[in-house]
Amino acid sequence: MSVAKPNPHDSGRLHVTGAARYTDDAALPDNALHLAFGLSTCARGTIIGMNLDPVRAHPGVVAVLTAGDLPGENDVSPSVHDEPLLAEDTVHHVGQPLFLVIAASHLIARKAATLAEITYDALPPCLSIDDAMAAGSYIEEPLVWSRGDVTAAIARADHRLSGSISIGGQEHFYLEGQAALAIPGESGDMVVQSSSQHPSEIQHKVAHALGVAFHAVRVEVRRMGGGFGGKESQGNALAVACAVAAKATGRPCRMRYDRDDDMIITGKRHDCRIGYEVGFDAAGRIDGLRFEHLIRCGWAQDLSLPVADRAMLHADNAYYLPAVEITSHRLRTNTQSNTAFRGFGGPQGMVGIERVVDHIADHLKLDPLVVRRVNLYGPAPRNVTPYAMEVEDNIAPELMTKLEETAEYQARRAEIEAFNTTSPILRRGIALTPVKFGISFTLSHLNQAGALVHVYSDGSVHLNHGGTEMGQGLFTKVAQVAAEVFALPLDAIKITATDTGKVPNTSATAASSGSDLNGMATKAACDTIKGRLIEFAAERWQSDPAKIRFREGHVEIGTERVPFAELVSLAYQARVSLSSTGFYATPKLHWDRMKGEGRPFFYFAYGAAVTEVVIDTLTGENRILRTDILHDVGKSLNPALDIGQIEGGYVQGAGWLTMEELVWDDQGALRTHAPSTYKIPACSDRPREFNVTLWDGENREETIYRSKAVGEPPLMLGISALMALSHAVASCGDGSLYADLQAPATPEAILRAVDAQKGQPWT
Amino acid sequence: MSQIQFLLNGTRQVLDDPDPRTTLLDWLREERHLTGTKEGCNEGDCGACTVTVSQSEDGEVTHHALNACILFLPQLHGKAVRTVEGIAPQGELHPVQRAMVEAHGSQCGFCTPGIVMSLYTAHLNGRTDYDDVLAGNLCRCTGYAPIIRAAKVAGLEAGPSDDQADALEALTPAGDVHIPTDLDQFAHWYVEHPDATIVAGATDVGLWVTKQMRDIRPAVFLHRLKDLQTLIADETGITIGAGVSLARLRGAMIGRHSDFAELIRRYGSVQVRNAATIGGNIANGSPIGDGPPALIALGAELTLRRGDERRTMPLEDFFLDYGKQHRQPGEFVESIFVPAQPDTLKCYKISKRFDQDISAVCGCFNITVEGEYVTSARVAFGGMAAIPKRALAVEAAMIGQHMQGTLVEPVQSALEQDFRPISDMRASAEYRMRVAKNLPARAIMETCGAPLAQTRIAGRGAI
Repeated sequence: MSVAKPNPHDSGRLHVTGAARYTDDAALPDNALHLAFGLSTCARGTIIGMNLDPVRAHPGVVAVLTAGDLPGENDVSPSVHDEPLLAEDTVHHVGQPLFLVIAASHLIARKAATLAEITYDALPPCLSIDDAMAAGSYIEEPLVWSRGDVTAAIARADHRLSGSISIGGQEHFYLEGQAALAIPGESGDMVVQSSSQHPSEIQHKVAHALGVAFHAVRVEVRRMGGGFGGKESQGNALAVACAVAAKATGRPCRMRYDRDDDMIITGKRHDCRIGYEVGFDAAGRIDGLRFEHLIRCGWAQDLSLPVADRAMLHADNAYYLPAVEITSHRLRTNTQSNTAFRGFGGPQGMVGIERVVDHIADHLKLDPLVVRRVNLYGPAPRNVTPYAMEVEDNIAPELMTKLEETAEYQARRAEIEAFNTTSPILRRGIALTPVKFGISFTLSHLNQAGALVHVYSDGSVHLNHGGTEMGQGLFTKVAQVAAEVFALPLDAIKITATDTGKVPNTSATAASSGSDLNGMATKAACDTIKGRLIEFAAERWQSDPAKIRFREGHVEIGTERVPFAELVSLAYQARVSLSSTGFYATPKLHWDRMKGEGRPFFYFAYGAAVTEVVIDTLTGENRILRTDILHDVGKSLNPALDIGQIEGGYVQGAGWLTMEELVWDDQGALRTHAPSTYKIPACSDRPREFNVTLWDGENREETIYRSKAVGEPPLMLGISALMALSHAVASCGDGSLYADLQAPATPEAILRAVDAQKGQPWT
Repeated sequence: MSQIQFLLNGTRQVLDDPDPRTTLLDWLREERHLTGTKEGCNEGDCGACTVTVSQSEDGEVTHHALNACILFLPQLHGKAVRTVEGIAPQGELHPVQRAMVEAHGSQCGFCTPGIVMSLYTAHLNGRTDYDDVLAGNLCRCTGYAPIIRAAKVAGLEAGPSDDQADALEALTPAGDVHIPTDLDQFAHWYVEHPDATIVAGATDVGLWVTKQMRDIRPAVFLHRLKDLQTLIADETGITIGAGVSLARLRGAMIGRHSDFAELIRRYGSVQVRNAATIGGNIANGSPIGDGPPALIALGAELTLRRGDERRTMPLEDFFLDYGKQHRQPGEFVESIFVPAQPDTLKCYKISKRFDQDISAVCGCFNITVEGEYVTSARVAFGGMAAIPKRALAVEAAMIGQHMQGTLVEPVQSALEQDFRPISDMRASAEYRMRVAKNLPARAIMETCGAPLAQTRIAGRGAI
C-alpha cells in the first residue's frame, strides 16, 4: 500500500538543503529585467498629474509603462474585469498600482518607483463597514436566504438575545511573497513562471493582456512558498506585468513584491461584522435566528461574492437552525480588494454562529458545550441545512463526545472554574467547538480536474496534474495515488511542475479540493494505462484479466511474476500506448446561489477542538495552554501530511482570532504592512500542549480512497481559542454582563472586555 | 571601503571595494546564485534568510545566527558565513536537516532554510531552548509543532563540529577607516566626519537601506572595535560598552537583574540580539526601545564621547524629544554604567505577541521596600511618550508609602501626570494608559513576594 502511509513531503530533502527552487530562484540570463509598481498614496480620487520623468531619469531604469502603454486588456481581475493592472484615471485604494517600472535590478526598480510626482483630486474615502453601509456602497445587492418564519419563531421563543461581533481580516503572510517571471519566445509566445495557485487563470490574464490566444501562453508552477488563498488571484498582476514588460522589451522580466508592497497591494481575508437576533428555549435550543453579515470586500469584486456566499453557507456550522434568515451585505470600500483565504468566508460565518451559541450559554448560565450539543444536526427533520441540503454524513455528535472524553473537558472545566475563583490576576478559560465544513467549489463547474500520466519504457512514471503545490503535500499525496494504482515504490513516480501545456483548463488549487479532484483524475489516468497493460498481459500470457495483479513493483499473471518495467517494455514493443490523460468531475452537485438552495457540497469534513487559555486581567495578554483536536479526514491518504495541515491550520486560525490585527489609518493607509507590525503566531505561541488525533472513519462518498479534504477545515478549529478566551473573560464579572469579546482578541480587546466585566468600561 | 575578506561555506572570499549598502542576502542570491537563503521580509523579522556567522574571539570560535537581509557585507570582514547550502556539502544531511525531513518539519519549505540554520547554530552551541532559538523564524504552515519535534530529535544526536579556527586565522583582514579596529582613531575620524552613518548591528540601519532605500554612505562599521565591546564589572557596578550585543548583555544580566535578562529575551529574536547593540538601542532614541526603560529604572549613566572628550549623564537626560537626543555632531555613545544594587527590578513588556514584537508599553519598576514602606522607587516607561521616560510623579507617589493596595490609586493618578500616550497600530492611547495604571499593582504584588506563577503568563516563573 502506498496510500495511507505517512510519507514525508516529496520536497522535504530539497527544502532542508536549500535546493528547492521557487519562482524567484530561477537563474536568468544577464539581460533579464526587474519590475516594480509605483503605488497610489491616495485612497480615492482622480489622478490629475503623473510626472514620471524623475523615474525614467533614474540610472538603470529601462522603461516606465502606464495604462496607456499596455498592448491588450488592462485587467487582472479574476471575476468581472474591474481591476486594472495600472490605474487609468481614478484610484481606489492606497497601494493601487499606477505605473510599472522596468529596470536593471529589483532595488533600482523599487527605488525609482518612489520618485514619481503624482497629484490627485482626492475624495473622502469610504473605508469602514459603517462608511460603506451609510453610503450604500455595494459590490452586489444584499443577498438574503431564509427558511421558515424567523420573526415569528424569535417572537414566540422563551428567550431572546441580540448582539454583534466584529471579526478582523487576516494577512496571508505566505513566507514567499508574490513573484513571477516571463520569458518571451518566438511568434509572440510567452512562458510564465508564477507563484500562483491558479496557473490557468494566469494563462488567461496574460493572453488577454498580450492580445494572443491562450495557446500562446504557457504557465508553469513548481511550488509556492505558501499560498493560503492569497495566490489564487493576487499573482495575476505580477504575471501580467512581467508578460507585458517582456513583450515591450523582448527580454525576460521578473518581479517580486517587497514584503511591505505585498501587504499594501494585495487583498486579505474579509473582515466583517456579524449581527444576530436569536430566539431559543430554556435548554438553549435555537428556535429562530437572524444573521446580518456585513462583509468588507475592498475596492474590486475579486472573489468576494463566493466568499460572502460561503460565509452564509457556514452560518449554521454544525447546528440545525429551524427558522433562519441570513442577509449578506457585500461592501465596497477604498481598501485592498479582499480575496480568498483558507476557509473562504466559511470561518467568518462559523465564528458568527459559535458566538451566538456562546452568548446563549452565558444567558442561560449553561456550559456552552451543553448548548452546542442540543443544537447539533441530528435525525430528520433536524438534518437539513438552511440551504436545503440534507446532512447525510453527520458525525459531529459522536466526534465531540469522544473528544470531550479524551481531552477530559469536564474535569478540566471544573478545575478551571475553581482556579478562577481564587486567582487574583490570571484567569483561565476552556472551550470545545466543532467544525463542519462543506467540500466543493460552490461554483459547481469548477469541480473538475485533469491529469496526465506517462509511463516510460523503463517503467518510470511521469506524473502531472492540474493542482499546485503550496506546501500542503498535494504532490506527495497524488504521487501516492499513482504509486498505489501501479503498486510501485513512491520514487518510481516523478512529480512534475504544474504546467498549462500539459493539463489545460484547470481550476485553482483552492476550496480544499486539491487531492479530491487531482487524486481522482490521476487515478483515472493511471487506471487507463493499467487497463491497457492488463489487456496486453492477458493476451500475451493467455490469462484471465481478472486474475492479473499489480503487486510490489511486479505484475502477477497467473503463475508468472513479471517486473513492472519488463511488462512496460514488452507493451511498448507491442505498440501499446503508455500515456493517458485522466479526468474527474465531482458528482451530485447542484446549486442556485440566488435562491440559496441545492447541494453545493459533495460532503462535509468534521472536526472539533478543545482549547484552554490563560489571560492576564491587568494587561489582556493571553496564551494558549493546551489544545486537543480530533479531526475527520476520512480514510487518510497520508496521516503525517494531514496532521501537519491540522496543526498548522489550527495555529493559523487561532492567530487570526487573537494576535493578528490589521490596522488602517483614517486616510486608508494600511499601518500594519510588515512583520514588525503585523504579528502572526511565533514558535512559542503554539499551544503548550498540543494533541492532534485523526478520527477513525472513512468518507461515505466515493472520494479518492475514501479520504476527505483537509486544507481549510482545521483553520476553524482555532475558533475554540476565541471561545475559551470568552470563558476566561466572563470569570472577571458577576455574570450580569456577557463577555462580548471582539475579534481579533488582542490584549487590548481582552482588557477592554475584562474591564467591562469589572464594571470599569472604557470610553 | 578598500577590501573585505571572509569565509563563505569554508572558502575564502576577497571582495574589493564592496558597496557598503549591499546586504549579504542580495549578494548570496544575486552574485553567488546561492538561492537557498530566502528573502521573506527584508527587515529581519521573519528569519527566512538566517545564516550562521562564526568569528574567532581570543582563539575561540563562536557561532551566531544572523539575518542576512540586514547584514551588510563589511560586517563580515574577518568572519565566516555558512549558508544552508554549506552544512551538508557531501550530501550527507546534518542531523537537523534529517530530523526536519523525518518529522515533517517543512511544508511549503520557504522558511525551512532559515529554520534549519537557526537549529544548526543552536546545535553547534548546545542550545535546547528551542522556543527562543526559533522566535525569529516565522513559519506560516506548520504551527511549529513538527519543527520542535524535529529539533528535539536532532538535539539528541551528535553532529559534525564547525571549527573554522584555522581558516579564520588565515584571513588577513586589512585595516580600513570605515571598519576601524582602534577606538581612539575612530573617535577622531568621527569628529572629522560627523555626517557618517554609524553601523553597529544594522538591525535599524539595515532597514534604512532595505525599506527606505536611503544612501547611508559614508558608513562606518563598528563591529571590530573590541574596546567598545567590553563588559567590566566591579563592586560599584557594571560598565557596558556600547558595542555589546543584546545577546551578551542578556548573559550579563542573568543573575544580576533577572527581569532585565527576561526583557532582553523578548527583545527581537536570537538573530536580532546577536546583531543589535545596546549602544544602538540607546542612540537610536526610539520611544519604544526596550533597553532604556530598564536602564533608567536601574539608574544607569551614559557616557558620550567626542574625540578625546567624554561626558556622563543620567540616561534619562539623553532623550530630549521624539527623534532628538542629547548628542553633538561627532559624538557617540561609548558606554553605559549600571550601579550595583539588589535585584529588585521588575520589567513588563506588553505587546500583541510575546516574542519578537515591539512593545506597546514597557514598564520598569525598581522599588525598594523596608519594613513594608517604599524607601526608593525608580520607574520608567517605554511606549508612553515620545521618548523612553522616567515616571517622576509615580516615583514620588510611591516613596514613603505603605506597600498595600491603597498605594495603587495615587500611583495611578500620578501616571496621568507623567504620561499622555498616543494611539497607533500597536495600541490605543486608552489601552496604554490602562495597562500602565495596572502594572504598578503587579509590581507591588511581586515586590511583596507573590509567586510569579500567580502574576505572569509568559516567561520567567510564569504559570
